[in-house]
Amino acid sequence: MNSKKMKEDHLEDRNEKIGAVLVVGGGISGIQASLDLANSGFKVYLVEKSPFIGGKMTQLDKTFPTNDCATCIVSPKLVECGRHLNIDKLTLAEVEEVKGEAGNFTVTIKRKPRYVDISACTSCDECSKVCPVEVPSEHNAELTTRKAIYKPFAQAYPNAYTLDKFDVAPCKLTCPVHISIQGYIALISKGKFQEAIDLVRERMPFPSICSRICNHPCEKNCRRGLVDEPMAINSLKRFLADWEMINGNGPDRTVSITHDDKVAIVGAGPAGLTAAYDLALLGYQVTVFEAQNEAGGMLTFGIPEYRLPREIIKREIDYILKLGIELKLNSRLGRDFTIQDLRGQGYKTIFLSIGAQKSRELRVEGNQLGGVFKAIEFLLNVNSGKKVDPGEKVIVIGGGNVAMDAARSAIRMGAREVQVVALESREEMPSSDEEIREAEEEGVIFNHRLGPKRILGYDGKVMGLETLKVKSVFDSDGRFNPVFIPDTESVIQTNSVILAIGQIPDLSFIQKEDGISVSSRETISVHGRTLATTAAGIFAGGDAVSGPATFVEAVASGHHAALSIDAYLRGEDPAKVVSDEEKRIIDMREDEINEKIRKGQIKKRARMEMPSLSPEQRLHNFKEVQQGFTMEMAVEEAKRCLNCGICSECWQCSKVCPPKCIHYDDQPRLEEVRVGAIILAPGYEVYDARNSPELGFGRYPNVITSLQFERLLSAAGPTGGHIERLSDGRKPQRIAFLQCVGSRDQDHGYCSSVCCMYATKEAILAREHEPDIEVDIYIMDMRAFGKGYDDYYNRAVEEYGINYIHCRPSSVKEMPKSGNLLIRYQDGKDGLKAREYDLVVLSVGIEPCNSSLSLGQKLGLKLNEYGFYQGDLFQPLVSDRSGVFVCGAFTGPKDIPESVMQASGSAALAASLLAEKRGSLIVEKVYPPERDVSTEEPRIGVFVCHCGSNIAGVVNVNEVAEYARDLPGVVYVETNLFTCSQDTIHQMQERIKEHNLNRIVVSACTPLTHAPIFQETMQGAGLNPYLFEMANIRNQCSWVHAAEPEKATEKAKEIVGMSVARAAELEPLTKFPIPLNHDALVLGGGISGMTAALNFADQGFDVHLVEREKQLGGMANRIHYIFDNRDPGDLVSSLVRMVEGQPRIHLHLNTVLKKFSGFVGNFRSTLSKKQDGAIEEEMDVEHGAIIVAVGGQEYSGPDYGYGKDERIVTQLELEERIASNNGAFKEIKDVVMIQCVGSRTKEHPYCSRICCGEAVKNALKLKEIKPDSRIFVLYKDIRTYEFMEEYYTEARNKGVIFVRYDDEHLPEVIVAGTHYGQKGEIKRERIDSDESKIQDAGDDESKRSNLLRIRVYEPILGEMLDLSADLVVLSMGVVPAAGSEDLSRLLKAPIDKDGFFLEAHVKLRPVDVAFEGIFLCGLSNYPKYIHEAIAQAQAAASRAATILSKKQLEVGGAIAEVDSEKCAACLTCVRVCPYCVPVINTDGVAQIDPAACQGCGICSAECPARAISLRHYLDKQIIHKVESLFSGVA
Amino acid sequence: MNHIQDNFEPQIVALCCYYCAYAAADLAGTSRIQYPTNVKIVLFPCTGKVDEIYMLRTFEAGADGVYVAGCLEGNCHFLTGNLRAKKRVQYAKSLLDEIGIGGERLEMYNLSSAEGQRFAEIALEMTEKIRALGPSPLNQLKLKGGVTR
Repeated sequence: MNSKKMKEDHLEDRNEKIGAVLVVGGGISGIQASLDLANSGFKVYLVEKSPFIGGKMTQLDKTFPTNDCATCIVSPKLVECGRHLNIDKLTLAEVEEVKGEAGNFTVTIKRKPRYVDISACTSCDECSKVCPVEVPSEHNAELTTRKAIYKPFAQAYPNAYTLDKFDVAPCKLTCPVHISIQGYIALISKGKFQEAIDLVRERMPFPSICSRICNHPCEKNCRRGLVDEPMAINSLKRFLADWEMINGNGPDRTVSITHDDKVAIVGAGPAGLTAAYDLALLGYQVTVFEAQNEAGGMLTFGIPEYRLPREIIKREIDYILKLGIELKLNSRLGRDFTIQDLRGQGYKTIFLSIGAQKSRELRVEGNQLGGVFKAIEFLLNVNSGKKVDPGEKVIVIGGGNVAMDAARSAIRMGAREVQVVALESREEMPSSDEEIREAEEEGVIFNHRLGPKRILGYDGKVMGLETLKVKSVFDSDGRFNPVFIPDTESVIQTNSVILAIGQIPDLSFIQKEDGISVSSRETISVHGRTLATTAAGIFAGGDAVSGPATFVEAVASGHHAALSIDAYLRGEDPAKVVSDEEKRIIDMREDEINEKIRKGQIKKRARMEMPSLSPEQRLHNFKEVQQGFTMEMAVEEAKRCLNCGICSECWQCSKVCPPKCIHYDDQPRLEEVRVGAIILAPGYEVYDARNSPELGFGRYPNVITSLQFERLLSAAGPTGGHIERLSDGRKPQRIAFLQCVGSRDQDHGYCSSVCCMYATKEAILAREHEPDIEVDIYIMDMRAFGKGYDDYYNRAVEEYGINYIHCRPSSVKEMPKSGNLLIRYQDGKDGLKAREYDLVVLSVGIEPCNSSLSLGQKLGLKLNEYGFYQGDLFQPLVSDRSGVFVCGAFTGPKDIPESVMQASGSAALAASLLAEKRGSLIVEKVYPPERDVSTEEPRIGVFVCHCGSNIAGVVNVNEVAEYARDLPGVVYVETNLFTCSQDTIHQMQERIKEHNLNRIVVSACTPLTHAPIFQETMQGAGLNPYLFEMANIRNQCSWVHAAEPEKATEKAKEIVGMSVARAAELEPLTKFPIPLNHDALVLGGGISGMTAALNFADQGFDVHLVEREKQLGGMANRIHYIFDNRDPGDLVSSLVRMVEGQPRIHLHLNTVLKKFSGFVGNFRSTLSKKQDGAIEEEMDVEHGAIIVAVGGQEYSGPDYGYGKDERIVTQLELEERIASNNGAFKEIKDVVMIQCVGSRTKEHPYCSRICCGEAVKNALKLKEIKPDSRIFVLYKDIRTYEFMEEYYTEARNKGVIFVRYDDEHLPEVIVAGTHYGQKGEIKRERIDSDESKIQDAGDDESKRSNLLRIRVYEPILGEMLDLSADLVVLSMGVVPAAGSEDLSRLLKAPIDKDGFFLEAHVKLRPVDVAFEGIFLCGLSNYPKYIHEAIAQAQAAASRAATILSKKQLEVGGAIAEVDSEKCAACLTCVRVCPYCVPVINTDGVAQIDPAACQGCGICSAECPARAISLRHYLDKQIIHKVESLFSGVA
Repeated sequence: MNHIQDNFEPQIVALCCYYCAYAAADLAGTSRIQYPTNVKIVLFPCTGKVDEIYMLRTFEAGADGVYVAGCLEGNCHFLTGNLRAKKRVQYAKSLLDEIGIGGERLEMYNLSSAEGQRFAEIALEMTEKIRALGPSPLNQLKLKGGVTR
């Protein structure tokens, strides 16, 4: 072995491929790619950023052009993907990083928390019922709201709820005690006041006090403040406290002492009492020592009664003491006892919350004069009812709340003039705004930026205060450091001066042996986090540590201390316990809120002000000033909340969740997966119409988006399918659709491809819902370029009377009063017109998805200027990073079938990359061997589900269970809270064994979602899954008969009775394996056929490629350049080279298919090869699947004089001429192109899709060759969808003139006096030609007569144009390849009315044929561009590979079976089977291939001899079920 | 007879296809759209499997009304099943007319799986109609003791 070879081997080892694929995006593309891959042997990780898979399609009502119900067709895909064992559905996930290379990637995925355990959630909806938070529903396009915990629609997968939650709302985060503020506000908005006050109490033992005196830092951070004013948070809390006093139960928490340890708390202020409360709740014995004769600390002695009535303090403290806390009054530390005394009494821990009640001294001259008071002592005297006379004139020095209290108390004590002297400006003052405002209202005079120099006195009494002006209060570091301006002295006369300049704790009690250190600020030193002092077991908090701080900070400190003390006493490290909150990650969404304000999604509404006593009413008394909200005011104010945390943390859901599956502490996490390939299908967003303000969306309620209209149309939507105006709920009479909103404009150079069709669909549906509605669609070009689209468009016009107006209105105006909308538009030659509408629908375009850009960056992909990934036209699904493939709207706006095709195509590419690893990572479910029950009598087990309260809340479940017990065959009955929960399922398997059950009836919800769960359960217990029956007593009973519990119970019994009756008749069914052939056959050797064949070969399958011509290449041989100037010839030759060099491809040129038989997995084809001398040679090949890629051909007809003059050519001929000799075109000056030749005509009513692009492409080419050539393009609609729009724009910019014509005004080509129209020569009496209008005819008469002339009506000018041309180019349509019809008969693969092969489902099975095992691609299916054909060919290979890759086929189960004894060979079954499965066999009786039967039962119902039965739906099973309903009646 | 009519609660059986009608009934449930308790559902893979015999045997067993509910026309999951069912319902109606039970007691409905509201409407419509018609003549005979089972 040489060294090079060794090196390669080594490389191979290191880069071993991985048989798994990452699919990014859980929309229809991602789901399709995942299913194809998982069904052909690869492990799939499906990453979806939202909580649910399904994408935008789940929001649609119907799909064009068949008006299929979107939910009906997408739900089965969701279920299949959801239940697929080899697809890991990673929801709420985003790709974080991709490392490695093709074949071997390591992908880091970020998982956002769902907060709901999917495996435990039973979707019972109890959580969402109690959730008070409503936010706009994404699913209903914001027409309705949803809860913070929700499931967007019934069929959503995962079938579990999700909690939409940011980590914590800013209000809660700011609140020192972290009250769930958004939570109680949300609860108030729903009128749940008891729940709200209970929530407040979880963190705040003093709600009444807090709501009166809190400085509410929460309000400063409230995001509502960004809109108008912050929420009145504290007033709302006050409302709750007031409400509780009148209506509530009051706190009735009881505790029992569970710890031996005693805790001493010194100081009965807010910090001490909070700690006492928390510790008592934790089960400790707590004693509180208080120096004064009353508890409350500064609450009681520092705060005047007009702010905080005494009885309120007393009540709240009593609540706390009721927990069994011992309170010792008149016990001052240092005077009545010492720390050592406490230790001696057995207190293991002590909490010092002694407050800061010693007033700071003002060190100025005169501070000892009579009439100088310390604020705290002054307030203490006032508040304890002592007579205090401050005199007529009072000065209060200080700017904090204590100063305000002193000033306002002084007024109440009879002072006539009270002045505040504050160092700070009004904004700098630490006092709360309300206090300052109320003081001002009461007549207090403020002197800002003024400081005391000395107090002047006479005879030992105060006479005045000399002041200095203040330069600054704080230094550059923000520290308090006032600087005075010299020589600014002035004097204020006064009788007394109250000093409110701060307090410090009185620490005189500390003795050396206590070991308690004191800080430089004269407060107790503690460890910042744990509040532990330097002495073991002694903690300190509140003002004693912080110096004077707010009430709420003191409470926070109390909570803190309690946590610490508890940890300490349990022997844990307090530092670990109290560090929790640092883990929090905050997402305040400020940007989002600003964006919503900008777009007007949040409307301004002023904050509700609390009623208060007028200054006159309150001036000379201590009555409470603030009067509190009424209930209505509180609810109204609560509704202003922006819900910025989304989840409000009110905890209601977890309280009611029966399986306890909500976990608020879920954290984001990173996961790593290893995959061999990556498929990107991140999807799209719809354009935000608010960015086009001129159209009025967001301002005018009756301007809505097409997605919103879709929801209005949906029977499952917010109006149940009724079309209503948002402004008044009235049914609109006239509706306008405005097209191209966010498409084909300055910012969007592309066409969104789908809007013309969806608007047409919505218009048709609107007319179907309400036949008297009139619909106008304002449109530039009707782009109905897909299969069946033009038919749909024609029906819209002809059958539904929908009016298309070819123009783009620039704005929408709302009419006053009516709310109607006025649209002005240009109507051809008639000029400006105006129309009024009741409703305007904006057809919003498609934009790249938000995550596209970041995906592009993370994977190093080059996105186009809009943010789409616009791939190479010859490799449309291959990205510029090897091993990464792209599909769906990520590659540009496209419709569903196109997306699904690309998805399958990208799956095929991933599969070919990883072919050698197919099957390496997939798992198969293995069940124990099945028990033979054929000889047993029925032993039925019935499981009756409560479904939480969903069933049991209405139906008497026990009665149903009792009823079931007596039914024939039933041997076991039980009821379950949730039959589908994990533990019950396990239990069910036990019961099956224990009671030897051989039939199971689950009486619960719907088999559509739940039957597979129980069937798997049975298989796990060795029972055949067909011995199962479900009684749907929820969806069909309790939920729809909620008001009639008795009748519902009766009905539930009947339903269970019917199910038991059928169960008794059930028979086990088996599926059995049959072998299959793993080869493929591809018919057609054009680009599509070669691409499909190559992919098969790359995936490891042998393939027969059959081409009837003598060379490969097909139609592409005639195309010489495409938009990006690439030559398809290069593509063809490279494909041919690869095909010829690929040993797995068996090429059959000059060959046609002659015979075809068999079924999926086992086809036999006879190929007939024409040899040189026309001798035919036949050969048989066997194959498991077949792909039809027989192509199409250019239309050819006598239209517009084709064939009469060599200057009239087709686009392909033009292209050939340019390619062979473009020099000849230097002479050609005037060119007229005519579109829709052989397309959109009576004979060929479909659009050929590619001709507009062809014309634009060739026009640009001619302009390139001869820039001054004059080119006219006569068209019906220019259909340059997706990015081709850019070329259309370029053509117009380069002077190509586009003239619209319609069916009433078809162009005419005049050659030598003969007129030719669409159907060839026009024969009529007198040809109306106005010679005077011939322009540019030249001078020379002979030349003139030889000119090609074209007449066409110009709708904008309203005149006939007479054009002359050197060349007329006809854009010929595409027609099916010759022989398609015969092939269709041979394959039993249907063709449509236009002769193209028909797909099984136009949306979701675009490359499958209804006859299983046959697939189609390329022009044989419909006209398409090369890049589309390539994607479709790869898709067809992908779909076929899901069959070919199977080891064997599983057939049988619930399929039809013929009793040959009874069969009369009448051919009825052969005739009626929609899938042509039954055949009359050699024995002369009908035979149904179990591999092909779809199990519909049509044959069985139609068989006159009743010789065919459908297994699992046998006559006895159905009839017995029905009869049982009446067995108790007769 | 009048007495019977007053308290008459018809038994109605809905023969529903799996893909649309049954799913619509489920959706009526999830949307909590209320309808009378009289309707009981029997599930079929497709209305194409619903034989005339099932319709007639259901009446024979004691139903006062029967309806077949399948996908919207043109949207049958099995392509043509609902169109077959439509013909059979027409035929069975004529038989019911002939034997005096009355063809109006049997109906065919088409709806999509997203039409929960429609499902409830149909249930109500059928219940009211059969209530107005009174008990099936077969059941009237039974009540008079004319038929024994």
